[in-house]
Amino acid sequence: MTLAFPPLSRDGLHQVQLVLNRQQRTGHAPPRMLLTDFLRDELGATGTHVGCEHGVCGACTVRIDDVACRACLTLAVQVDGRRVDTVEGLTQPDGSLCDLQQAFKRHHALQCGFCTAGILMSCAHWLDRLAAAEAREPTETEVREMLSGHICRCTGYTPIVAAVLEVASARYVGAKASHA
Amino acid sequence: MKPAAFDYLRADHVEQAVEALARHGEDARILAGGQSLMAVLNMRLANPALLIDISRSEPMGQLRVAQGQLCIGAAVTQARVEWRAGLASELPLLALAFPHISHFQVRNRGTVAGSIAHADPSAELALCLLALQGEVLLRRARGRRVVKAADFFTGMLLTARAPDELLEEVRFPLAPAGAGYGFEEFSMRHGDFAVCAVAAVADAQRLRIAVGGVADRPTASDFPLLQGSALDDALNELAWSLDARDEPQASAQLRRQLVRTLGRRAVLQALSNRALERSTA
Repeated sequence: MTLAFPPLSRDGLHQVQLVLNRQQRTGHAPPRMLLTDFLRDELGATGTHVGCEHGVCGACTVRIDDVACRACLTLAVQVDGRRVDTVEGLTQPDGSLCDLQQAFKRHHALQCGFCTAGILMSCAHWLDRLAAAEAREPTETEVREMLSGHICRCTGYTPIVAAVLEVASARYVGAKASHA
Repeated sequence: MKPAAFDYLRADHVEQAVEALARHGEDARILAGGQSLMAVLNMRLANPALLIDISRSEPMGQLRVAQGQLCIGAAVTQARVEWRAGLASELPLLALAFPHISHFQVRNRGTVAGSIAHADPSAELALCLLALQGEVLLRRARGRRVVKAADFFTGMLLTARAPDELLEEVRFPLAPAGAGYGFEEFSMRHGDFAVCAVAAVADAQRLRIAVGGVADRPTASDFPLLQGSALDDALNELAWSLDARDEPQASAQLRRQLVRTLGRRAVLQALSNRALERSTA
């Protein structure tokens, strides 16, 4: 058996087609280009921040096919044909903030904002999965475990935890009411 | 930092992946979840000529129970196993260990097989595989072989896998009735690499204690059911036998003490879970 496709060559620029924040986008990348640099430099989506570039700080967290993960540990060529959602896609079509963003604002869950884009994307996925899998409110311990994958040097995390718990509670109550 | 240049092959079938490995051998690396490999590439600690991406392969993403084992394909993420309904009864030890494995965002992409193949001495999944006496299925272009966990981990980031072999499947034996499990870990921050992690398995006759983060690979030892000072003595002997590493973040002395402390806690947890299991059976 022979290889079905030849490898993408290291020197070439390869087409990457993706759905970024509900919009079809196309760019070009060499195999070694990270998704962080592709989003920022090739597609101009600078909401995703670059921190440590080895998966520790969480600033670059995006959703790929709904799943929160590190864009700095992902190659641009790996998202060809996939859906990528970044912080730019969280706002409503009319530009207003989503419930999670509003809660962050209300609770002062950010100061410099460098880590915030990644944290929001993690929280968005985590809350979705919790609602789908178990349909219950999370505990503070669980929220802190989820946030342990992010480094924030401004807030001390407490207001972030409060914002996430508030949104989880409001969504849970809302979901129960709509089922009743 | 950014990785050095490499060619990139997306392999949707295991045959493609092993053929590419046969052709390129040590110059090629398998990219599964990339949660260790991509960091290594970004820091330029490795410089492969070819990356073989198996992360989107459906055939390699199979997760099934067969012959009393949970068989986890090469591309199955840790999150898929962690969120599996019934994991707590199928593999209680894994259910205890998952919250200690890095972070939610990393488990979403990181694979079980990738962690086993990477063989970090502090990795929780490698520790659990050894504690539960699991095995791995290795595949090369010419055939397959099964290797027991005890024979697979051969040193710091070293395994019995040959350069042209793919770790096709990891197999965890399902928990037998009447067994109890304990897991304890100490790390500098939640989700960091374990300074010391201990897994304990207790059944009606014996006790199995596995330790990670201390020696250059996970280790496991079998004991009769021990209690009180006999258990302390056994753990002390175990702690000294592991040739603990001195590192800036943790001295060998601290690691030995952690083996004694966490070991005792994990054993007590396993024994009490076993009692619970019996009373509800």
